[in-house]
Amino acid sequence: MTSKITLNMITCRTIQQGVGMEAGKTSQKYFDACTIIHMHPEDMKKLGIWKNTNVRVTSSVGSVIVKAVETREDLVPGLAHIPMGPWANHIVPAYTYSTGEPCFKGFPVEVEVAMNERIMGAVEIVQDACGLIRK
Amino acid sequence: MPKEVTDVICPFCGTLCDDLIVTVSDDNKTILGVKNACAIGAEKFNHQRLPGRVKRPRMRQADGTYKEITYDEAIDWTANMLVKSRKTLMYGWASTSCQAMSVGHDIAEKVGGIVDNCATVCHGSSLIAIEDVGVPSCTLGEVKNRADRVIFWGCNPAHAHPRHMSRYSIFPRGFFTVKGHKGRKIYTVDCRYTDTAKCSDEFIQVQQGYDYELLNAFRTAARGEVLPDTVGGVPKEKIYEIVEDLKTCRFGIIFFGMGLTHTMGRNHNIDIAINLTRDMNDYTKFAIMAMRGHWNVTGSGQVLGWQYGFPYAVDLSRRDQARHQTGETTSVDLLNRSEVEACFYIATDPGAHFPIDAMKSSAKKPTVTVDPHINCTTEISDIHIPVAMVGVEVGGCAYRMDNVPIETRKVVDPPEGMLTDEELLTKINHRVDELLAKGGA
Repeated sequence: MTSKITLNMITCRTIQQGVGMEAGKTSQKYFDACTIIHMHPEDMKKLGIWKNTNVRVTSSVGSVIVKAVETREDLVPGLAHIPMGPWANHIVPAYTYSTGEPCFKGFPVEVEVAMNERIMGAVEIVQDACGLIRK
Repeated sequence: MPKEVTDVICPFCGTLCDDLIVTVSDDNKTILGVKNACAIGAEKFNHQRLPGRVKRPRMRQADGTYKEITYDEAIDWTANMLVKSRKTLMYGWASTSCQAMSVGHDIAEKVGGIVDNCATVCHGSSLIAIEDVGVPSCTLGEVKNRADRVIFWGCNPAHAHPRHMSRYSIFPRGFFTVKGHKGRKIYTVDCRYTDTAKCSDEFIQVQQGYDYELLNAFRTAARGEVLPDTVGGVPKEKIYEIVEDLKTCRFGIIFFGMGLTHTMGRNHNIDIAINLTRDMNDYTKFAIMAMRGHWNVTGSGQVLGWQYGFPYAVDLSRRDQARHQTGETTSVDLLNRSEVEACFYIATDPGAHFPIDAMKSSAKKPTVTVDPHINCTTEISDIHIPVAMVGVEVGGCAYRMDNVPIETRKVVDPPEGMLTDEELLTKINHRVDELLAKGGA
């Protein structure tokens, strides 16, 4: 058990994310579908967490709080997945290697336990990053 | 008496299902039910009747709240923004009709905008590769009627194109594929054991980021050359076996998605997949197709293609010529370098789907977002202009992922007084003309 593990991150569409998106970006469906990180049970064990624990995921560009869950779309240990959306894109490096496409798949992240941290809302997380929320 | 509208086109993904049945209230205002659609398509139609929909444009105030304004005020503000800005990013277009795009491009030509569509963060890499090496493709009808080997490479239609497998690629019985699923052999190549992989006869688990190597190994095996013991985590025996099987098929098709376009290598992954397809045509008939995401992102590529010669990221800021250079005129790069003076987003949500660093840059510029619903982008824009939902409340032309144009249908009336994309853009266009005639804003 370690306090921090490094995983390879990919972000993809899931059908729940698609349904949530069409239900509305501010809907509970969208929030539930996208504020998760799919992790392999072995990685959860390494990190010393049960499923449904909040974690902080940090990449080279930022960090985001999401909930660690298991998935039926099996991953290999060391590979993690956050469904596409503002939470995933909070940690996606914007560099495009001159192709126009950012690194949506295959970038290293560090995952650590953040059991009591709150997950931000869809609009909130974007507004907060853009400095539009008055504190 | 509620009535049923048949043969409705689904405006969600590039599959553009054309067999939906929508039940509509007798006053033609509310959708009561949707048949034949996938979970996402049904949700899209059902969203039309949700309470709390924004019906008039909104402008952000200094305190961060939004104030309702009239369409005329919003159009005037937008036209002024477009005329003042020397370089405007006009991004989106993938969820609107080709007719609306055409008007938008007219505006872009006048004000010197950069027109880019969602392909820029989706199948842009595929379009680069297609520009480089061409593409031996076909229509989805041919896949349904002929294909007996189907490869899903780095795509997950079970989640992203839910009815693709039942309408075209795995289950349907076609003219030469009378046995349906039993007559086809399905391969899925992915780094995860996806739900699509579970519908397949064979799952090939490639190490994340090793698609280029594996595709290269397939080409090597097709030529009968020697392979190392494993490539991208796949044993060489497996590669030889699959290639031999592919050579014996009657019609093979490779569907590819974000697993190739988003991973390291980008356009080179597609490039070599197309070359593999070309190689396989020495032995049998083989085709390849991009699993386009948004329902009309292909249409945006088509319209830009026949107007300017490039399918996305078209820079019209030089007025007399259209330029396209990936890494330079692509939206994310423009925002990363903070190179545009204003942003005009239509029928899209970069706030949710662009990396946050790009959106931080976007939020500092005057921004107008045109979208039927509240989303992450509308909430960081100066103005949000709601419009009728294309494909639900207004018709228009769209292109399916195989470049077949399909006319979408109007099912219900939009809320009273609400403009469509095309009407709104036409009004903005007229206002831009007036301002330019006066010698700018």
